[in-house]
Formats: sequence, C-alpha cells, structure tokens
Amino acid sequence: MAIALAAINTLTKRFGDKVRTPVAFSDKVTGRDELSVTVAREVIAEACELLKQEPALAFDFLVDISGVDNYDSDPRFRVDYLLYSLKTGALLRLKVGVPEEDSTLPSVAKVWRGAEWHERECYDMFGIRFAGHPDLRRILMWDGYPFHPMRKDFPLEGKPSNVPEVAFTETAPLQGGPFVTVPAEHARDREPRNRKNALPAEVRDKAKES
Amino acid sequence: MRLGSKERGDWKLRPMADSTTTVGYAGRLEDEPIITRLDAAVDWVRKNSLWPMPMGLACCAIELMATAAARFDISRFGAEVMRFSPRQSDVMIVAGTVTYKMALAVKRIWDQMPDPKWCIAMGACASTGGMYRSYAVLQGVDKILPVDVYVSGCPPRPEALLDALIKLQEKISREPGLKNLKKAPTANAT
Repeated sequence: MAIALAAINTLTKRFGDKVRTPVAFSDKVTGRDELSVTVAREVIAEACELLKQEPALAFDFLVDISGVDNYDSDPRFRVDYLLYSLKTGALLRLKVGVPEEDSTLPSVAKVWRGAEWHERECYDMFGIRFAGHPDLRRILMWDGYPFHPMRKDFPLEGKPSNVPEVAFTETAPLQGGPFVTVPAEHARDREPRNRKNALPAEVRDKAKES
Repeated sequence: MRLGSKERGDWKLRPMADSTTTVGYAGRLEDEPIITRLDAAVDWVRKNSLWPMPMGLACCAIELMATAAARFDISRFGAEVMRFSPRQSDVMIVAGTVTYKMALAVKRIWDQMPDPKWCIAMGACASTGGMYRSYAVLQGVDKILPVDVYVSGCPPRPEALLDALIKLQEKISREPGLKNLKKAPTANAT
C-alpha cells in the first residue's frame, strides 16, 4: 500500500491533474489492500514507463489489461491495467477512460512485452485500438470477423456473418438451451435449471414420453 | 487348377466371421482360393485399417487417448495408427469444441486428407455445439464437413467411440468400394 501510494504521488508530481481519483480497496477477510487511480489516456504509456523504470517503485510485472464496456455512460469504455512489483509485492491498478467515437489509446507493449497479447484481446473483444502496437491482430476470433463480441450491445448467441472464401458465423440457438437465464426478481427464479418456461409444456412432455 | 474340382466343390457364399463381408470359400481355407466380390474385398481392406486423424480439441480428446490406450485398445479394430498428418489419415475424429477460429484449421486439414475419407463427430460439442450456445463456437462440425457417425456424450465413454468406429466399419462395408476407388475428387477436396 505504501509503495502504491508513493507511485500515485510520483504520477501526480509528473502528470498533474491528468492523474485523478485514487480509490482504496481494503478487505480484512481476504487481506486485500489495493489502490486504483484514474489516468488520462494520452499519458498512459508514459505513466507505465515511469512506474516500471523508477527504482523505488519497480512495477516490473503487468498482470493483466482488461477492457470494460460501461454501455450508456461517458466515456463508454474503460481499460484497466493491473500492475505488480515482483521486488516489493506492491499492487496498483490504473484505470483509463476511452470514448467510443475515438477508441484509441497508446500501446504499452514497449514497456512490457506481455502487453501485446492483452492488447490484442482487448482489441478483439471491444474494438479498442492500441496505437504503436507491433502486431494488432485479433487473437480469439478469426481475422475478418466483423464484430467485437464483448461489447454490451452484442448478443451472446452472436450475429450471422459471412466473409466469402474465409469463414462464416451463424446465430447460436439459445432458446430452450440449458444455460439461459430468464429475467426474474429472485436469483432462484433466474436460474436456468429451475426455469419452468424453457420449453412449452406439451413439447417437454412429448419429449419425456418418446 | 483345383478351383471347382468336384471333390472339393460345395462353393457357397457365406458370411465371414465379422458378418459384414460376403465371401465364398470351400471347406479348407488354408489351401483353397477365396472368392468374393471386389467391392467387398476393397471395403474389407479399408474398414479394417482406418487410420484416424485425431482432431483433439477439448476434454473429448482425453477419452480419445483412453480409447487408444491399453484398457480399451482401439487397435483391436485396426484403427490404432493415429496419424498427425492429414495426408496419411482415413478418418477424422473431431473430439471437442470447434470454435469458429479453429474451424478454419479443421476444414483445411479435412481438405488435405485424401479420398476416401470419413468423419466421426465425437461428443456433444462436435455434433451440435453442445453446451456452448455462443458466438464463438461452431454449432456442429457438420456445418463445414460431412459427418458419418455422431457420438453422444459429454464426453463419451471410450466404449461409445469404439461403437462409433464399428458403426463406421459397417457403413464402409456397405459402400461400393470399387466405384469410390475410381471416383474423381469430390467438391470438398481441393
């Protein structure tokens, strides 16, 4: 915690009001004691470089980069960087807001090589582009797939697409599937296996008879 | 030529031990010629040396490995020669979840396999997409290649896969093997 706090002070000293709203998260049961801070996206690469190179901080390990889609709020996307120091054991989370109309932010692949795949996944799933990434291809879906499936406005069952001579996708049949939740007040009623309206009763009974 | 000689006569079409291939033979197999249909002979050769292309994509692949190992021993059915090259394979066993990204590779490997070739869709995922009703998963490998036998189960027991293999052998023994031998490449092959 102390080192993470020192890191935020170092960032504030260097970038001024581009570093805002530090938030602490503590939990006695799990022993978690972590700090998050919001960083403006134009300075994120420099901030990461600083956190890694500063000998007193030495955030030498990038645990994860994750995208978040806060649909209907501004900015729509958020990218979280989870940093860890193998030397001191300090943990720090950087949050960067990314607007939908210009969803680009600087790549940190030059700071940590491991960021390459994290950024590719973030691009694949959310359509957030990373300027300066050496090889920004999709990583989970096939090249040429026209959608970004982890966006909130993308349905779980997918959308049909067809790239001739390359690949196609179809909508997966969700209705009546065993893993579909239905809207209900209580979690108990939302549970797929307790759902009474999965199939029309006569269809279900017919399936039992045969 | 002793063929048809009177004392040895009694030529009849009789089912062979595996009951799917019809052959004719006289009393003593050891020193007598066997007569059969050429189709049946070709099918007999094919069905008893099916070399699988193990397309192991998920947990079904573990059961596929168990099927190949000592306890279940797929070599009892002549299919122990797992080839990791499509050029040397006869039957592709699709064992696991086919994601759309992997589907490109599955299709390419299938196209690289020489005719005649067959496909076993092993397990719920390969057959229908299984529990993965999702944007990322192909809803059944039969959307990109022709499947001969589907195996239910999640994952299926090795016995179920062996049953599928026997079913495939029965299917092959019903094929006009000679006609297929001279068949021009299908639309699938490139």
